[in-house]
Amino acid sequence: MLNLEFKGRDIVSIEDFSREEINYILNISRSMEPLASKGSDMLKGKILATLFFEPSTRTRLSFETAMLKLGGAVIGFAEAEVASVRKGENLADTIRTVENYADVIALRHPLDGAAKLAAEFSKVPILNAGSGSEEHPTQALMDLYTMQKEKGKIDGLKIALVGDLRYGRTVHSLAYALSLYDIKLYLISPESLKMRKEVIHAVENKISVVEGTDLEEVIPQIDVLYVTRIQKERFPDAAEYAKVKGTYKIDLKLLKNAKKDLIILHPLPRLDEIAAEVDATPQARYFQQVWNGIVVRMALLALVLGAVK
Amino acid sequence: MVEKELRVSKIKDGTVIDHISGGYALDVVKILGITGREKRVMTIAINVPSKRFKVKDIVKIEGRALNTEEVNKIALVAPHATINIIRDYCVVEKLEVKLPKVIEGILKCVNPACISNSNEPAVSKFYVQSEEPLLLKCHYCGYLLERADVLQNL
Ligand SMILES: [Zn+2]
Repeated sequence: MLNLEFKGRDIVSIEDFSREEINYILNISRSMEPLASKGSDMLKGKILATLFFEPSTRTRLSFETAMLKLGGAVIGFAEAEVASVRKGENLADTIRTVENYADVIALRHPLDGAAKLAAEFSKVPILNAGSGSEEHPTQALMDLYTMQKEKGKIDGLKIALVGDLRYGRTVHSLAYALSLYDIKLYLISPESLKMRKEVIHAVENKISVVEGTDLEEVIPQIDVLYVTRIQKERFPDAAEYAKVKGTYKIDLKLLKNAKKDLIILHPLPRLDEIAAEVDATPQARYFQQVWNGIVVRMALLALVLGAVK
Repeated sequence: MVEKELRVSKIKDGTVIDHISGGYALDVVKILGITGREKRVMTIAINVPSKRFKVKDIVKIEGRALNTEEVNKIALVAPHATINIIRDYCVVEKLEVKLPKVIEGILKCVNPACISNSNEPAVSKFYVQSEEPLLLKCHYCGYLLERADVLQNL
């Protein structure tokens, strides 16, 4: 029998989870769909603290919505108030303070490994909502959930990750998670934004990985097109950014050669990677992903707080 | 033999670290936290001809026997070193360096954005992924350090 105990557990890195555990989270997420529509009091009396040391309004709203839909309450701060919180206080101290207020903490922090450190100090579960340019496990879980929901299963899919694979934090988590399944992974990026060696290192002996720069070449073969934004703020200098910005453009012309049942995902917000004309195609699934993010976060909250087993 | 004795004299009590790859003796000394101001007799021989490695370095420290933890640290910079503990001019113990699986507090992560490099109460921690070539993974941020990174941040 598998031990699928989630109560009290931190969600720091997708690497901490087995395929069975991820499948279990995806199943619980599915069971959250009706509760997300109707509401529930499953987590009544519980408090989520959202500590966002850098801006990500979407992720914060998604966590807060998930908690509210389960009948829980939300406290926390966003980047605007960070200055006062940080007045000489380090993350470890903030965590040891907030753990007295909340039953679970969702943390977003600009430094790599921040969630891991927080988890070492916290008595209550830490949900990593993105730390540094590193992992973003709840995003990866909602991406998997979307693929499973849209395609029926993840095994057998040919999946392309496109754009900034070096600095983009969502793609690292996603690549790790996908490596637990029987898939073929295409990594398409400008030369200077290739997937970091430690990520490649960790996945290449588990799944077949093809690295390249040409999206047009692979578009006819793939089932899932996962597009990421090339983020200006992650670049060391403006000249480097100018060189690669706008390298990939998903438009109707490109999609002519795509499979009819291709699905296009994007962690949002998008810049101009996906043309507005694509939004109306049946392949566009990025706005459905937002809903899926809520149900996956509901599942995680319910699991780590021991409300579902 | 006269020439050799001139270079590296015998010690009465202490430690002889032998078979250090040529040119790495100073890194070994550094990783042990020895500054040379400890008022101990120390001999460092660099690029000595050796049968096994063509050239090797030797470090002799008078009056100090290394413990296991210190011996293991040496593995980071000199994986083939052999260590002889000397008492009364005789070798009383021979130790092989062995890299521990987890290295805590000795090294700094090379990733400037790593939480372990900030003002948090965090001790750096690395997992040994591979010994030859050396590859260490940061517990916090997952960055990989190679031997060159290790030597640079001693
Ligand atoms: Zn690190």
